[in-house]
Amino acid sequence: MDFSLYFNLPLWIRLTIQGTAVILVLFPLAAACSMAERKISAWLQGRPGPNRTIPPILAWVPGISIFQKLGLFQLAADGGKFLFKEDAVPGGVNKFYFIAAPILAMIPALTTVAVVPFGAYLDSAGKLIPIVLADLDIGLLAVFAVSSLGVYAVILAGWASNSKYPFLGGVRASAQLISYELSMTLSVLPVFLWINAPGGDGTLSLFRVVEMQSGSGLAWDSVWYIFYFPLSAFIFLVALFAETNRQPFDMPESESDLVGGFHTEYGAFKWSLFFVAEYCHMIIGSAVFILLFFGGWNPLPGMPLADLAGWLHIADQPILMGLLGISIFLGKIFFSIFFFMWVRWTLPRFRYDQVMNIGWKKLLPLSIANLIIYTLGIAGIALLQK
Amino acid sequence: MAVIQVERKPLSFAERTYIPQIIGGLKTTFKHLLKPTVTLQYPEQRPEISKNYRGVPTLVKDPNGREKCVSCQLCEFVCPPKAIRITPGEIDADAPNAHVEKGPKTFDIDMLRCIYCGLCQEVCPEEAIWLQNQFSMSGYTRAEMVNDKEKLYELGGTLPDQHFKWDKKKAAEEHGNAH
Repeated sequence: MDFSLYFNLPLWIRLTIQGTAVILVLFPLAAACSMAERKISAWLQGRPGPNRTIPPILAWVPGISIFQKLGLFQLAADGGKFLFKEDAVPGGVNKFYFIAAPILAMIPALTTVAVVPFGAYLDSAGKLIPIVLADLDIGLLAVFAVSSLGVYAVILAGWASNSKYPFLGGVRASAQLISYELSMTLSVLPVFLWINAPGGDGTLSLFRVVEMQSGSGLAWDSVWYIFYFPLSAFIFLVALFAETNRQPFDMPESESDLVGGFHTEYGAFKWSLFFVAEYCHMIIGSAVFILLFFGGWNPLPGMPLADLAGWLHIADQPILMGLLGISIFLGKIFFSIFFFMWVRWTLPRFRYDQVMNIGWKKLLPLSIANLIIYTLGIAGIALLQK
Repeated sequence: MAVIQVERKPLSFAERTYIPQIIGGLKTTFKHLLKPTVTLQYPEQRPEISKNYRGVPTLVKDPNGREKCVSCQLCEFVCPPKAIRITPGEIDADAPNAHVEKGPKTFDIDMLRCIYCGLCQEVCPEEAIWLQNQFSMSGYTRAEMVNDKEKLYELGGTLPDQHFKWDKKKAAEEHGNAH
């Protein structure tokens, strides 16, 4: 296949096309998560969930009832409704910030995807090349830096709504997200201490993390980091739940005491933007979690993507191998999203003081202890190797 | 009442981390994920309704297809919200059931008034009016919510008859021992 036409385009056009393509996948995926949420909650509660909607002009197509049963048309109908219904702005709100908030929620959610690699292929020299919009050396830092901006949208929405429940939601969100950001960042430090062993080049690239878990057969680097750093993975996961405002940490919108939390005053398309942003955060968050601790696009520990591709005789076809990697990675993300929802319908919400207690008195000391122990361990190994 | 002091055991370390409990909860919910649904697909699947359910009042025919109501109007008089309106009429002399003499010319039940009390069924000497298992009535206009005779027979259908009172009466008459 000849892609010279594409590669002859100016760089900025190519980057725009690539970025748009990724967003065009991510946005509907995040929207589809809302339907997944409804279906999974229904199944967990012994209900069938939304399974009625179908456009009459499509009803004759054989086999289409599977999509009907899965609620895909319901999803489209919901999307259409949110797009076309009247977008009311309540009186008394600060209009500029009220409208800016959902936009600000979307921006970090869609920006972080730029540094997240979602697959890899072998180039003609047999070198593993990541499929990523921007393979930054500060990958993880960029994710943390940009995704934590998402809290501003919540605070802004809560404040601009000029109403007490959204305000409380915004206050809670800011306190909670700052508390858990600490443990989250501290929990991944051991991983990068391990990767950046003394003597090598330093990097925070997420691609490098997966590369370090891509050994084949029985080797030190074929073990996924969940087995090397179980406590880090656990802390990261708990903090991720808190960061993405998922149950049992959904303080900012806890319906039982805050009506709808920060988005109480929002409706129609602006409201749905908040939701898509939340699901985008979940997708990116679980993507980072999988890259760090679950071997990224590698199908199994000890069986990296390159081995699988060689086995299927597609190692010399970058497109097929890339698609294989992406689908394995997406599969893992879907499982992770399912896990998020599964936990949501299992655990009751924590009380606000419990959230703060867990964050500051349990997770933070735990992640500091974890960091110290792994630092000493890694230093010890480095000394032994000398 | 005796007061029983229950000794509360202090939580073990594992319990204080919540994690075993969370895993237990996840197991429970996952089991429910695999179980069949407990809900009905309502308009297609209908719930099973007990025999003595008091649904929409209907008129029934006997197994011979004869209209049971003799328009005695007892139900009209007993009806607390005055939902029933009957115009009595005569049965044609050449009809097979001419000996019954009377039947309703019109029979309207206003379902906007009906309170489903079942007094009409209780009072009916002919067992002609029954509150059956139909539980959903809807319409776009007030007029639509008035069940006329035709609709009432359509809803009611035929119920088994224990007595065949009017058949017996006819047979007795033919044998010349009418009372």
